[in-house]
Amino acid sequence: MSLILGLETSCDETAAAVVADGRKILSSVVASQVELHRQYGGVFPEMASRQHILDIVPVLEETLLGAAGAEWTALDALAVTSGPGLVGSLLVGVNVAKAIAWATALPLIGVNHLEAHLYANWLFTPAEGTNEEIKPLPAPRFPLICLIVSGGHTDLVLMTGHGQYRVLGRTVDDAAGEAFDKVARLLGLGYPGGPAIQAQAGGGNPQRFDLPRPMLKDGYNFSFSGLKTAVLRIVQKYEGRGRKPFKQRSRMVTSRTAPLLRRLPLADLAASFQAAVVDVLVEKTKRATEQFQVEQVLLAGGVASNTLLRQQMVARLNVPVRYPPPELCTDNAAMVASTGYFKYMTGERHSWDLDVCPSLALTHPS
Amino acid sequence: MTPILTANIVDFISHSAEQTQRIGERLARLLESGDVICLEGDLGAGKTCLTQGIGRGLGVQSAITSPTFIIVNEYPLPDRSHKLYHIDLYRVQNAAEACSTGLEDILFGNGTCVIEWAERVREILPDNRLWVTLRYVDETKRELHFEARGARFEALLQRFRQEAFGI
Repeated sequence: MSLILGLETSCDETAAAVVADGRKILSSVVASQVELHRQYGGVFPEMASRQHILDIVPVLEETLLGAAGAEWTALDALAVTSGPGLVGSLLVGVNVAKAIAWATALPLIGVNHLEAHLYANWLFTPAEGTNEEIKPLPAPRFPLICLIVSGGHTDLVLMTGHGQYRVLGRTVDDAAGEAFDKVARLLGLGYPGGPAIQAQAGGGNPQRFDLPRPMLKDGYNFSFSGLKTAVLRIVQKYEGRGRKPFKQRSRMVTSRTAPLLRRLPLADLAASFQAAVVDVLVEKTKRATEQFQVEQVLLAGGVASNTLLRQQMVARLNVPVRYPPPELCTDNAAMVASTGYFKYMTGERHSWDLDVCPSLALTHPS
Repeated sequence: MTPILTANIVDFISHSAEQTQRIGERLARLLESGDVICLEGDLGAGKTCLTQGIGRGLGVQSAITSPTFIIVNEYPLPDRSHKLYHIDLYRVQNAAEACSTGLEDILFGNGTCVIEWAERVREILPDNRLWVTLRYVDETKRELHFEARGARFEALLQRFRQEAFGI
């Protein structure tokens, strides 16, 4: 059995985990900074890296205790996210990992954060309190199509084996999660935008507003900037357009503070927006599964925890769809440890000159 | 009323996203190391679109996407020693916050900088700069207002006007 310790600090979560053989989570700890950043409507880089420095050692201690008090000597390697992400945040994880690797002589493996999100689909958590192990799902089968959707990324990837990727398409402007965040802010729904819009959309009519499906028939790239603008125009129409500065506007559209204006049908607009995003994501993924004759589809990244996206993928695709549980969709270190394991098995190692790369990509679209 | 031709101002109505990008492309050919272009305009006014054109004009190979999530994206420029910095202050409220992201180092470095939501950090911007205000007119049209600050950008804008519009 190979035990890998994973470290993840690419954005606003400080996380560590111990994973056995790339699949079984023995321990996984995430210290979230979401409360800290809520006031900024997004992650604030300088504060994020300062918080990582405060959190990383306690998170590591808790992780090792959780893994039945695993000793450093029981570990086989150390995997750490080296990009993409915020440079200051990445630096904390990479330097802590180097320090541990130096002190313990464990092999050091740098991991791509996007790749790690995919490997969340390999993970399982053993049932608690029983010696009897529930049989985990078999590992995903290649070739497969992966859709990575998060606040910073929207990538459609063909994966033909471990470490074998071809990026079919990605966003040409805003990431899907970013569109959720920006629209949530327009509608005065707060941060993070994904859960806020999903909650609001629950009681809404997704057909009320006919929003654009950008680039629907057009290759595998995505565009969400125009969709965001379309929502803004609707909001402006309801409030008497463009007279109020932007900051006041987002406050005005909440039902309580807008007595003079026609009430914005918030739930319908949120539902229509969500439906448009999901429609584009599902349609392109479906087309890719047909073109490349894949065995499976994997969803990954924060937006993969969106309920409508999961439902629609399962309902409309002709191949099995897998997605991690919500806690493994958002940033965590178990997925980093899993990725590290498969690299460890192929002999991949990094030396002391492992550097952070804020704009690291999987591969360039071919 | 603003006179029709003022040395340091150019107004333009773009009729499509593609046209906005072409304007950016033409502007880019006049840009040098250390130049600062400030973009002001609401969501959907075309700031990122114009920046994509500027990137194209500078020869950036990779796709220019929204930097909102990580605040600053940098792109190497072929055959040049400096970079293009695409900065997005959408999530930044004021100059103090912007400074803590390391913005000043970039602004006063040797890169070419394009800054979205620049009006939020006016007090820390260099005196010499090109200010572009973008406004939504209708579904496809956007108004672009270029205003030069300092001799370097006044000359640049004059050349830009001559080359792009022949006036």
